Amino acid sequence: MGTVENTFQTDRKALAERLKGILPAHCLLVDDEDLRPYECDGLTAYRELPLAVCLPETEAQVVDILWTCHQLGVPVVARGAGTGLSGGAMPHAQGVVLSMARFNKILRVDRAARLAVVQPGVRNLAVSEAAAPFGLYYAPDPSSQIACTLGGNVAENSGGVHCLKYGLTVHNILRIRVVSIEGEIFEIGSEAPDAPGYDLLALLIGSEGMLGVVTEVTVKLVPKPALAQVVMASFDQVGKAGEAVAAIIAAGIIPAGLEMMDQPATAAVEPYVKAGYDLDAAAILLCESDGTPEEVAEEISRVTAVLTAAGARDIRVSQSEAERLRFWAGRKAAFPAVGRITPDYYCMDGTIPRKRLAEMLAAIAAMEKKYGLRCANVFHAGDGNLHPLIMYDAAQPGEWTRAEAFGAEILELSVRLGGSITGEHGVGIEKINQMCVQYKTRELEVFHRIKAAFDERGLLNPGKAVPSLHRCAEYGQMHVHHGELKFPELERF
Amino acid sequence: MRLSDLVAVIVEAAANKEPLRIRAGGSKDFYGGMLAGKLFDVSAHRGIVAYEPTELYVTARCGTPLVEIEAALAERGQMLAFEPPHFGRATLGGCVAAGLAGPRRQQAGGVRDFVLGVKLVDGCGLVHDFGGQVMKNVAGYDVSRLLAGSLGTLGVLAEVTLKVLPQPRAEQTLRFDMDEGAALAVLNEWGGQPLPISASFWSTGQLWLRLSGAQAAVASAVARLADQFGGQTVDGEKHWISVREQTHSAFAGASLWRLALPTTSPALGLEGLSAIEWGGGLRWYAGDAVPAAVLRERAGQAGGHAVLYRAPESQRCLEDAFAPLAPPLLALHRRLKKSFDPQGILNPGRLYAEF
Repeated sequence: MGTVENTFQTDRKALAERLKGILPAHCLLVDDEDLRPYECDGLTAYRELPLAVCLPETEAQVVDILWTCHQLGVPVVARGAGTGLSGGAMPHAQGVVLSMARFNKILRVDRAARLAVVQPGVRNLAVSEAAAPFGLYYAPDPSSQIACTLGGNVAENSGGVHCLKYGLTVHNILRIRVVSIEGEIFEIGSEAPDAPGYDLLALLIGSEGMLGVVTEVTVKLVPKPALAQVVMASFDQVGKAGEAVAAIIAAGIIPAGLEMMDQPATAAVEPYVKAGYDLDAAAILLCESDGTPEEVAEEISRVTAVLTAAGARDIRVSQSEAERLRFWAGRKAAFPAVGRITPDYYCMDGTIPRKRLAEMLAAIAAMEKKYGLRCANVFHAGDGNLHPLIMYDAAQPGEWTRAEAFGAEILELSVRLGGSITGEHGVGIEKINQMCVQYKTRELEVFHRIKAAFDERGLLNPGKAVPSLHRCAEYGQMHVHHGELKFPELERF
Repeated sequence: MRLSDLVAVIVEAAANKEPLRIRAGGSKDFYGGMLAGKLFDVSAHRGIVAYEPTELYVTARCGTPLVEIEAALAERGQMLAFEPPHFGRATLGGCVAAGLAGPRRQQAGGVRDFVLGVKLVDGCGLVHDFGGQVMKNVAGYDVSRLLAGSLGTLGVLAEVTLKVLPQPRAEQTLRFDMDEGAALAVLNEWGGQPLPISASFWSTGQLWLRLSGAQAAVASAVARLADQFGGQTVDGEKHWISVREQTHSAFAGASLWRLALPTTSPALGLEGLSAIEWGGGLRWYAGDAVPAAVLRERAGQAGGHAVLYRAPESQRCLEDAFAPLAPPLLALHRRLKKSFDPQGILNPGRLYAEF
């Protein structure tokens, strides 16, 4: 993992000259020390220096940059705040980083139509802040929402605690404005429902910057619930907590959030946030209810009954907004808290069917022994999205390699259990080999054809998200049998 | 009928470059472009493959009638939240391929919002599995959702996995006397408030509103709206079925136009308005008092689009069903179509005359 196959050769000087003709000096970085801050995203284990970083301020500049790169055959990696965790915004050594950081304006908040039109560099939380005076908010809330941008959310189809009830980014975007690699502008979706033609919005959202560069996003805003309350339940067995999750859903309740932390995770966060977590519990569940006060009261009483029946050893219901936020503080701060007890950690992102939770956690416990590394588990239990945090020390020889293998094994088990190698962080460069596990050659070929329909020369974020068949063959995961491979006569290696 | 039977038909048609018209229940033959090609009946590829109530998904084969799926879900207190129309004997494949949602669309989302995975047979007869059975999956491009509403032009949706949701605990319908302008105004006003609205329908001076959710939430919303706006509680069950199935008189008439507009778009003031749904986002025009070009233009100006939804054959062969695409988008559509169906044999012309 962590390497991009390189088939590009860029004349650095010629590229810089062309870009200087498009961008004012303050919008173009070409010196190594200026490029350094852009060498990685949130996945710091993989780094690469680009040849240039462009910080356009207008859509016309974006068009010119993309058209120029297309003409010169130069790879382009678009980037938002760089909070991504799968190396999706890791630069290409022969390419340009296109930072959309200066596209940071909220263009319109329409109260009556319940939508906002924003530029891709706007932070996720800023949208909800702008909508708050109207009693509205933007539902998808990735944990990094204070920093991550809407453009990045679109690229990764980001989720968060509220996704169980309110959907992912794909369910909350009405329209995007896109510039193709050839510098052509097109709009997908509209403020009206069911835009004509293929649902390209679904295709673009989560496409990891491989199909186009987004310059404007129209998001759906939803009414802010009158009240939110959270139930915190602790369990003496992880399996019981997993069964409680299934029991809540089976009872016909879709909570506004349903999150779980295991003991290593609560042990890491409690000294940090003092949320009052039950440190003796094998796992704790946080279950949020939102709506009108009557609705919340009804749901909380039903949830409490289900949790009690499922064998919760202790149940607490937040009695104030401050207490609700405190209960959540630990879950939201789990990553930095784990970061305090280990020199490095590696955050995974697999999704499994909820009913396999206990099985997966037992397997992870066995892997801790196998790889000699500790792992804390926090996850979006409601939708089966796991975030194992594998702790390691990059300064110790071999630890990163073991952490990487540990992570790969979790992902491959996720697929075997009927899930996916990524729930919300994207494939990026990190999980590109596991794509060969989740998909057969045929589907990967379709992905390549879709890519070619948008970007024939393969210049947008090359080497990410969808592995080459060559790469899968090397990883030993190409399934070639009974003529399943479409052109068996072609040489592939 | 097995998957291999579906594959065999497509492989043969691809070899002969013979266009196929994919059909199961045939409930939506009226929808989209003119039907063309040899009939390819997939109704015998049917049956529920998997249903996991606690995982909130159901997987079924394309020819499975929606009634069969909904009956299985109802046994466990669950439903297809986008409330698809049946129009007789709609099947799962056609439901997803047509992408038509019912009264709950505005609140719950459209068909594509509930698609989690598909088993697709493409125009070469190759079988692909996209997506899966879990709620969150961002590995690879989201081809499953792309297929919702693609009218079978990219492949046969041999098997589909849909997200399901619990049925609401309580439901109540209110009816108000209101003209078009007032109805649009209150719908947009209520839409911005935390009210458990699950459907709206306006026609001939009456606004119907359905509230669904927790018992207490529905009761308090009903009390408030009835008090402030003079609504009457009515038994809405038959009414909402007549809206979903379009047996309500508002959908009668030789030709019917479906205008998707921003909910806040003011009344268009065109003759023929017969109903408003989805909080103002969907407006129906019956009859031919307004020329097609005018309807398309006005819908476009308002930020939406017009679909010739149901019309006599004489009109359908003259007029495209769907609003034309901007040139760069049409080019993309052609390239995508070609990558899934290089011979162009699947439902040609059903979505756009160009492919």
